[in-house]
Amino acid sequence: MAETEELKVVRPHALTDVPFSYCPGCGHGIVSRALAELIDEMGLEGDTIGVCPVGCSVTMYDFFSCDMVEAAHGRAPAVATGIKRVLPDKFVFSYQGDGDLASIGMAETVHAATRGENITVIFINNAIYGMTGGQMAPTSLPGQVTQTSPYGRDVKVAGYPIRVCELVSQLDGTAFAQRVTVDTPAHVNQMKKAIKKGIEYQQQKLGYSIIEVLSPCSTNWGLDPVGAMKWLRENMIPYYPLGVYKDVKANKEA
Amino acid sequence: MKGNEAMAESAIRAGCRFFFGYPITPQTEVSAYMSKVMPKIGGLFLQAESEVAAINMVYGASSAGARVMTSSSSPGISLKSEGVSYLCGSDLPAVFANVERGGPGLGSIQPSQSDYYQATRGLGHGDFHVLVYAPSTVQETADLIYMAFDKADEYRMPAMLLTDGMIGQMMEPVVLPDPIEKLPEKPWATNGTGMKRVHNISNSLYLDAQKLEDIVVNREKRYDKIRATEQKYEAYRTEDAEIVVVAFGASARISRNAVDAAREEGIKAGLFRPISLWPFPNDALLEIAKSARTFLSVEMNMGQMVDDIRLAIHDTRDVNFFGHTGGVIPQSSEVLACIQKLEAGEHVHMVPFHSRYTGGDQ
Repeated sequence: MAETEELKVVRPHALTDVPFSYCPGCGHGIVSRALAELIDEMGLEGDTIGVCPVGCSVTMYDFFSCDMVEAAHGRAPAVATGIKRVLPDKFVFSYQGDGDLASIGMAETVHAATRGENITVIFINNAIYGMTGGQMAPTSLPGQVTQTSPYGRDVKVAGYPIRVCELVSQLDGTAFAQRVTVDTPAHVNQMKKAIKKGIEYQQQKLGYSIIEVLSPCSTNWGLDPVGAMKWLRENMIPYYPLGVYKDVKANKEA
Repeated sequence: MKGNEAMAESAIRAGCRFFFGYPITPQTEVSAYMSKVMPKIGGLFLQAESEVAAINMVYGASSAGARVMTSSSSPGISLKSEGVSYLCGSDLPAVFANVERGGPGLGSIQPSQSDYYQATRGLGHGDFHVLVYAPSTVQETADLIYMAFDKADEYRMPAMLLTDGMIGQMMEPVVLPDPIEKLPEKPWATNGTGMKRVHNISNSLYLDAQKLEDIVVNREKRYDKIRATEQKYEAYRTEDAEIVVVAFGASARISRNAVDAAREEGIKAGLFRPISLWPFPNDALLEIAKSARTFLSVEMNMGQMVDDIRLAIHDTRDVNFFGHTGGVIPQSSEVLACIQKLEAGEHVHMVPFHSRYTGGDQ
């Protein structure tokens, strides 16, 4: 006789009772929850300082039970640097969207990475500025229609999207860079494992780690949640291939 | 010791163990000193990728509970103003120095005081103030930066040392303060809950307008207390003065010589030197206005402090102005000539124009 296992959905302790403010169909909730579960599972809540960005996760300080710091737009890596240099034994993460990380904060991103700043960066790439209502992002795809590219992103005018994992993996200070997504349960599990690796690399003081999550924005893409997942699979993944772009441990073993 | 080096050493003695900088003339010695000393005492000197990054590193380190500072010069302070606004909005203490140079734009690298408006009114967006101290000697540079760390922690707000290329580069003997023994507790710091308290949050965002209004109004009450108790100044030969020169920092050194020279001629001149530029020493200046006949503001800018003097004395006396700008340093003989004009009953408002430059507006 097979034992029956009772499955319960338990709210992670690392989350407060404040409900997420994310739209239905948004990927943020999946990633935020996975991060909170890892903080629980790894027993890190009391030793964690999170840095939230300007963007859809701007009020993340209300969602997490650990100490939280709100950064100016794009400055999360610099703020996290300040925290981590004062508290080298604490777990410090930043959680940033594509406009924050790859546009206004690109200098801070590149330099935090190249310094080998011992922080873990969770990067939500949804190819659009969500919070301000759907403007073109540095990661918006060629031809993608947004509020500020109403005729589709014209690369002759607006240039090309930035592939962040490919870029930062070139820097010597980057310890770990992996691109994941959340379109299937298998991919969600992979995402969580990647974040866990990023946390572990920080604990081992290996340097900068970044987990780029391709994430749907059904509201600003103008699609229903299922349609948004389909669009992500058909358009984003081909342009932004999933995979590990940098792993200092694997490189050493190779 | 050079002014900039005295500033750095005194900051360390005040318990500063984290310095985030970016190269710019003429504050270079501060960064150089910090980079030399910090690694030897278990502190950190980190050269940031930009002024913007540096001030945001300061924000993070302050939030984590450390005594932290950055320094720059005029163009760099413009870049830092983003972070200064966030520090104020999140009630985080920090110390930063502006070793001023001529402006606007890239300006010059010579000494200037043309960031007075920026320091007292324009260090970023929003309703806030920053404590601003203006030393006029190397000794005072050391004393004021040491005090700035205490005041910043006491009021949970940024404090700025406003100095210039002249004070920063000059060498004078200095008695350094003793190293601080006990730093204040910071129960608000985001240094990990340890599962022993609810989470601390450093934040300046309030989507509820009413809540933001309440927070800003409460902060203003703290500013009112500062206005009432933290006005700092030096009054020199003002007791019986009819002509009162008002000058801060480097201009005050020059003006003091002019006042002495005027006194030798029998002119009743005195010097009022604001040390805190915010809060401006209104109360003492208003008291002096009861007996003084006229005021002369001497600045290394186009007269940015004149408004504050007029406000302080409720516009009850004539406020004259003499200055140089762009990095040109006023001579005490020029200031004396202005005092003589005032003695003769004239009004003065001038920056001497030598017309050596023939481009631009003619």
